[in-house]
Amino acid sequence: MVQLTLPKNSRIRTGKTWPKPEGATNIRKFSIYRWNPDDGENPRVDSYFLDMDKCGPMVLDALIKIKNEIDPTLTFRRSCREGICGSCAMNIDGINTLACIYGMDEIKGDVKIYPLPHLEVVKDLIPDLTHFYAQHASIMPWLETKTNRPAKEWRQSIEDRKKLDGLYECVMCASCSTSCPSYWWNGDQYLGPAALLHAYRWIIDSRDEATGERLDQLEDPFKLYRCHTIMNCAKTCPKGLNPAKAIAEIKKMMVNRVV
Amino acid sequence: MRYLTARKRAEGKGPSHTGTEHHWHMQVSAVGLAFLVPLFIFIFGSALGGTYEEVIATFSRPIPAILTALVIFVGLQHFSKGAQMMIEDYAHGTTRKALIMFVIGLSYALTAVGLFALAKIAL
Repeated sequence: MVQLTLPKNSRIRTGKTWPKPEGATNIRKFSIYRWNPDDGENPRVDSYFLDMDKCGPMVLDALIKIKNEIDPTLTFRRSCREGICGSCAMNIDGINTLACIYGMDEIKGDVKIYPLPHLEVVKDLIPDLTHFYAQHASIMPWLETKTNRPAKEWRQSIEDRKKLDGLYECVMCASCSTSCPSYWWNGDQYLGPAALLHAYRWIIDSRDEATGERLDQLEDPFKLYRCHTIMNCAKTCPKGLNPAKAIAEIKKMMVNRVV
Repeated sequence: MRYLTARKRAEGKGPSHTGTEHHWHMQVSAVGLAFLVPLFIFIFGSALGGTYEEVIATFSRPIPAILTALVIFVGLQHFSKGAQMMIEDYAHGTTRKALIMFVIGLSYALTAVGLFALAKIAL
């Protein structure tokens, strides 16, 4: 459901301003969303200052430096530091992306960091991805076969394997789904770009034998047809993928089944 | 507070196995209108500024009259389906159902009024 205003207890207030590093000449300000479920307070935006001469180039480097040297209570997910795990997805300078591969040289002025939009927040920059993962599981993200398992492996031609390029690279960071207005308003039913991209990845897999069942599971005004080709997903994807195209391909397959 | 698993929430009531017809209808009517509307604008524009008799004469001719009827019918069907989709986006529950019923009713009413007016002019 559309929400035009934030609930009272979600309105963001000005938070703590931490001191600037002494003797530094190349200082940058970081405005970071903070919320702790245990203190009963409203969310706030804390301000931190870093000496950029002593900081790595990526936004995640700055976050780790803040956590290690200024404020150990700052909470965020991270793991691989190289855009493979998808853990550090957050809203940086208004763009949903991965903090580990987003360079601070791409940002003009202060660095503003918020959690991924329109998801419940667990703490600080950590959104609750429970529903997002459950939606992913609902599209059966595995190879479904009916033929007896071959002696060696399920074979696939080079051409058919190429069809999976641009799909299998998705790291499920949720940047695309949380940039989609349809997912904001109807995320309870709409599967969102990430789950649909994965659905398409299995639909077009030449080895998969459940194409019909997969399409049946998606044929719904809300699960699939909430996509209005807004293209925010393709614009924001930190891996450069195009979920909107995958969704359009699913729609074409749906039409080809009946017309 | 309902103790539902995340998977049950994600599955919901399951797929309704509908939506493709609606999607296809929107595609077909959009393509149709891409041809019809420019032609209609051309005919409407040529009648614009004419006397009462000249306008009546224009819309009494078969091609302008049929074209206008098609624009009214296809346009309002497209409007109806598109508005339904918009309502589904932004409204929930009973409000959603009531608004969809209203929009579909409004589309039929406007189609009837438009075709009646056209018939009075053309016939």
